[in-house]
Amino acid sequence: MGQINHHLSDQLLIGYAAGALPEAFNLVVATHISLCDECRARLGSFETVGGCLLDSGPAASVASDALVNTLKLIAEGPKEPPKVSRNRAGNVFPTPLHDYAGSDLSAVRWRPMGGGVRQARLATSGAATARLLYIPGGTHIPDHGHRGTEMTLVLQGAFRDETDRFGRGDIEIADQQMQHTPVAEPGAACICLAATDAPLKFNSLIPRIAQPFLRI
Amino acid sequence: MRGRPKPGAYDTTMTQTIPDTDWAAHLQRVHTHRDQNAFAALFAHFAPRVKGFLIRSGASEPLAEECTQEVMATVWHKAHLFDGSRAGVSTWIFTIARNKRIDALRKQRRPEPEEVTWGPEEEPDQTDVLALQQDTRKLAIALAQLPEKQRILIERAYFADLSHSEIAEETGLPLGTIKSRIRLALERLRHAMQ
Repeated sequence: MGQINHHLSDQLLIGYAAGALPEAFNLVVATHISLCDECRARLGSFETVGGCLLDSGPAASVASDALVNTLKLIAEGPKEPPKVSRNRAGNVFPTPLHDYAGSDLSAVRWRPMGGGVRQARLATSGAATARLLYIPGGTHIPDHGHRGTEMTLVLQGAFRDETDRFGRGDIEIADQQMQHTPVAEPGAACICLAATDAPLKFNSLIPRIAQPFLRI
Repeated sequence: MRGRPKPGAYDTTMTQTIPDTDWAAHLQRVHTHRDQNAFAALFAHFAPRVKGFLIRSGASEPLAEECTQEVMATVWHKAHLFDGSRAGVSTWIFTIARNKRIDALRKQRRPEPEEVTWGPEEEPDQTDVLALQQDTRKLAIALAQLPEKQRILIERAYFADLSHSEIAEETGLPLGTIKSRIRLALERLRHAMQ
């Protein structure tokens, strides 16, 4: 695994620790953490904050038969079968993606977006949306600004924009102010997991007209 | 049933500030001996807190009661997965309660990070367990000592299930103020942990 230089913000990690993010953002956070030990450790700290708040927080009295009922529940056995989340070495997809996109790249059903760029929308509930992007080496992603927050996590290859280079595991977090023109590095296609809580706003006319149809 | 503070098995530096039962040892007894008394002690301490958390997150009383019992049943079933070198018991139970909230209140799936494998069934190092317990205690003290304005925002972010912009709407505070107060709070916590 190469060096990861672009990490999750405190805000996103708190949101994930607290369970306050939309599902699409949770997916990107969980996928990044699968690749990034530093953010996994930071998440641990933010979850500890949650544990301390739980411990010192307000208590609500439980029903008088709550313990008896819980022991009955326990006797019924676990509800969900234990998850086995072993991954094949070298898989481009960390395990959190498997439930959404299939177990590896070959399972993805891409749709063309023009210029060799392809995308696959992933089903998540809530206001934000998630998708996979396939950008051939050397190709521009159409110039776009953002109305909400957009997170882009590189799974394969790399892209560059005005700010820096983003390789596998790196995450770019863009907000309203940001205008950027990412270009995939020459060579292997760049594959990204992206999530946004608002539709992208493209700056040239054609993509803007196409946007509602392409469901970007 | 509420356990009086007593020094834990590996704990030699009890602080007087926060009474602390050795919940990890209780959980261990649940795991190895299916010990119902140990579970009852955990239940007496944590079930009301989990229920309080769920009610503050917007659950109705009956739903919070039902979810609390499910959370505590999960604590029993997953006791073997608890690793005291990676999280304290309150943190571990917090994550179970949080996941239950996402599942029951928001009806969403919760993507979890890939498991880290630490080698074949390694026993957690007791030095790590102790260090983590001390850090957790330090963090609890630092949280309790935050200026009220900052602490309230941190609590809201965790308990009320709100994004920063929703907190802004609810409190009428500008988003920038909320972000900077949360940032200040985190700086204080980091400073306290150094």
